[in-house]
Amino acid sequence: MSQSTKLPLYITLATFVLAFVLCAAQYPAMASTRVVANLLTDNAFLGITAVGMTFVILSGGIDLSVGSVIAFTGVFLAVILRETSIHPLVAFALVLLITTGFGAAMGGIIHYLEMPPFIVTLAGMFLMRGLAYVLSTESVPITHEFYDWLQSLYWKAPGGGRFRLTGALMLLTYVAAMIVLHRTRFGQNVYAIGGSAQTAQLMGVPRARTTIGIYAVSGGLAGLAGIVYTLYTSAGYSLATVGVELDAIAAVVIGGTLLTGGSGFVAGTFFGILIMGLIQTYIVFDGTLSSWWTKIVIGGLLFAFIMLQKGLGWATTARIRLLTASDARS
Amino acid sequence: MMKSTLKRVMPQIIILALVLAANVLVFPGFFNIEFQHGRLFGNLIDVLNRGAPTALLATGMTLVIATRGIDLSVGAVMAIAGAVAASAVVGGAHWTLAVLMALAAGAACGLWNGLLVAIFRIQPIVATLVLMVAGRGIAQLLTEGAILTFNDPGLIRLGAGTIAAVPTPIWIWIAVACAVGLVIRRSALGLLIEAVGINQTSSRLAGINARVLLIAVYLVSGLCAALAGVIVAADIKGADANNAGLWMELDAILAVVIGGNSLLGGRFSITASLLGALIIQGVNSLILLSGMPVEFNLVIKALIIIAILVIQSPRVRHSLYLLRASTGPVLRERPKPAPRTPQEEGQS
Repeated sequence: MSQSTKLPLYITLATFVLAFVLCAAQYPAMASTRVVANLLTDNAFLGITAVGMTFVILSGGIDLSVGSVIAFTGVFLAVILRETSIHPLVAFALVLLITTGFGAAMGGIIHYLEMPPFIVTLAGMFLMRGLAYVLSTESVPITHEFYDWLQSLYWKAPGGGRFRLTGALMLLTYVAAMIVLHRTRFGQNVYAIGGSAQTAQLMGVPRARTTIGIYAVSGGLAGLAGIVYTLYTSAGYSLATVGVELDAIAAVVIGGTLLTGGSGFVAGTFFGILIMGLIQTYIVFDGTLSSWWTKIVIGGLLFAFIMLQKGLGWATTARIRLLTASDARS
Repeated sequence: MMKSTLKRVMPQIIILALVLAANVLVFPGFFNIEFQHGRLFGNLIDVLNRGAPTALLATGMTLVIATRGIDLSVGAVMAIAGAVAASAVVGGAHWTLAVLMALAAGAACGLWNGLLVAIFRIQPIVATLVLMVAGRGIAQLLTEGAILTFNDPGLIRLGAGTIAAVPTPIWIWIAVACAVGLVIRRSALGLLIEAVGINQTSSRLAGINARVLLIAVYLVSGLCAALAGVIVAADIKGADANNAGLWMELDAILAVVIGGNSLLGGRFSITASLLGALIIQGVNSLILLSGMPVEFNLVIKALIIIAILVIQSPRVRHSLYLLRASTGPVLRERPKPAPRTPQEEGQS
């Protein structure tokens, strides 16, 4: 049983290793710490978003609002740091509070009004993008010595790679998510609801609290991703990160999490993010391929992994059928 | 039949009337229609004209959602169709051939989605996500990343021209909706689609070929999207692979949901979805005419959507039903245990 649920994770891992080895064989420079460090830094905000998306998708839901939440966070931080003199850390806490509360509100609507997550988070996406526009339609630069200090924090590895704070934050998020998902009751409840909401309720899983918690986690992590994004770009722009929700969903699926919910791992998502980052790095290295190939290759990968999941599902049911048939005969 | 249809779409008609009335409030000349240079001009015509792509997409999307599916790829299919038509015209093809090629591309996309859903039994939201992500890349591949402009009068007329003084897009979406509606409702097809949406297994046991129906439904959605893509490309005289049809899938799904069709499949009404599309366009026009800063556009739209969704949510409907049952005259029949879809009452 555990063999078949972990198999997609191993395949994602193997795909990443194989792709990396192939890339490194063609361009030896890709194996340098510089490229690896950039892989982490460039994908930090997407990686953090994808963790929240993993929670949501494990529970059988979907969150389309994350891209807008990231943009809103960026604009909010930029405007509040420009207009007031509060410390960025206070602003961080404030924005995390807002985005977590926003996610929780969406979770509440989904649970109490029995509306599909798809439509509720779609409205949330419009709302957050709209609020970002209201705050500012222009790109607002962030200049604060605390930001400069945060951006100057890095560990220089041999070979010239700079492992920055944001990359470390992403890794930390993944470790924390793993602990929450596999070692706490909340994490088990997420899997239970994704497996079957009805069964979970009959078994005494607090559905309301868990659903609200899941979307709060997703909203909060999108807020954190927004903070990381401002550290990455030093600006807040309301048109930024359009379509990031799709990239996050794609990374989760490539990572082997079932979109029907109930089965998957955060670690898979991590390698999904790395695979997507690797594709982009390869296109940069190649120089002749155009950027639209990224979309086509990611679409192809999505398709391959969905078919793989289907194939594994069929194989499992076929084996169960075979087993029950032989049981009946004996 | 007629009376029940009217009863079914009553909430949408009321909302549309309210939105239009609000339009008149902020802009008294809203209903004025003038005849100039052989073409009708007026805000009302504009709403009908600008609503064409959403209305076309909503027609196909209604059928897909009725089978308990969803088609996320329509925006990307629009971009592909626009790119195909533009590159064909630029390459010297006649505009009718270009439109046919765009439709063929849309049909191919629909067929791909349908095969994934019906044969490989992949969840519709995932199956169409593949094309949503990859489709825009394919469209960019066709236009080589640039905005492909063209100057073919025949093709441009589809988006910006008129027939009998009425803009062509209006004719197109009304014709397509009528054709689809007639085929669906004058035959058993509509009933069969609803059966597949309510319970696919039992419909199959009852002898319905669910697979063929599912593929056909995604095919129709692909064709509608291709037509919408051609209109949008013709309107701006160019194929913009990046922005054509961007977020249109969300507008289309919203139109269907505002039309009171359940995302859980089953009973559907194309008329109601079209009214939903007009409501969305009416709200857009309201925001424009009221002279509010455009920054507020999305916030207001989101709040209106949330209000409409809350009114239509099963839980709120059930409480309203209970409230009416407890205060009104004693009901003979027992209240339903749990209303599953909002539109189960009404519409035959």
